[in-house]
Amino acid sequence: MTYVKLVGELFLLMGSFSLFVAAIGLLRMPDVYNRVQTGTKASTLGAIMSFIGIGFLAIDHWDETNWIGRVIVLIVFIFLTNPVSSHVLMRAAYAMKIPLSNVTSVDKLKEDIEHKVLEEPIDE
Amino acid sequence: MSNIIIYIALALLMLTLIAGLIRFVKGPSIVDRIVAFDSMTVTSLVVIGVIAYLSNRAIYFDVAVVYGLLSFLGVIIVAKYIQGGL
Repeated sequence: MTYVKLVGELFLLMGSFSLFVAAIGLLRMPDVYNRVQTGTKASTLGAIMSFIGIGFLAIDHWDETNWIGRVIVLIVFIFLTNPVSSHVLMRAAYAMKIPLSNVTSVDKLKEDIEHKVLEEPIDE
Repeated sequence: MSNIIIYIALALLMLTLIAGLIRFVKGPSIVDRIVAFDSMTVTSLVVIGVIAYLSNRAIYFDVAVVYGLLSFLGVIIVAKYIQGGL
């Protein structure tokens, strides 16, 4: 076992643990908005760390095929698309008027809608 | 058994998929189900990457790229549909 493989395995283990913590938060959070938050942010971190680990593991196989380019493409793709889907889901949940939980005390979007800074999201 | 840490990571990823499936079944609203589906998709991308390393086939990374792209488009389209944009 070389040190490069050990580093890759540790990155993969930490990324998998981050994904697992994200799934526990997905089960235990009290609200839709908190679930969207923990289900996309922590899973983005976990997926990026896991693919960095797979890239470190694939250095041993560098002679065969071009693994590193595809791993970098996947990391950039996840880093670009996951926050966009989080934002769109959160906006759709606010447009459906799903109520906030009891422990949530700050609603900046409602304040901005009341002061005519932003317009309300469309709901039909 | 030279790569036992990879198997431990795969076990954690399977537990993650099970937790996402529980939230997918009993989610009160439709946004919960979409979030659970998105989390399960990201987890299965990592699973596909690990399987590509374990079986020495680099073409599975192309499968992961296309699967991530299609899942992203599906999440965006369903969110726009329940918001009333379509």
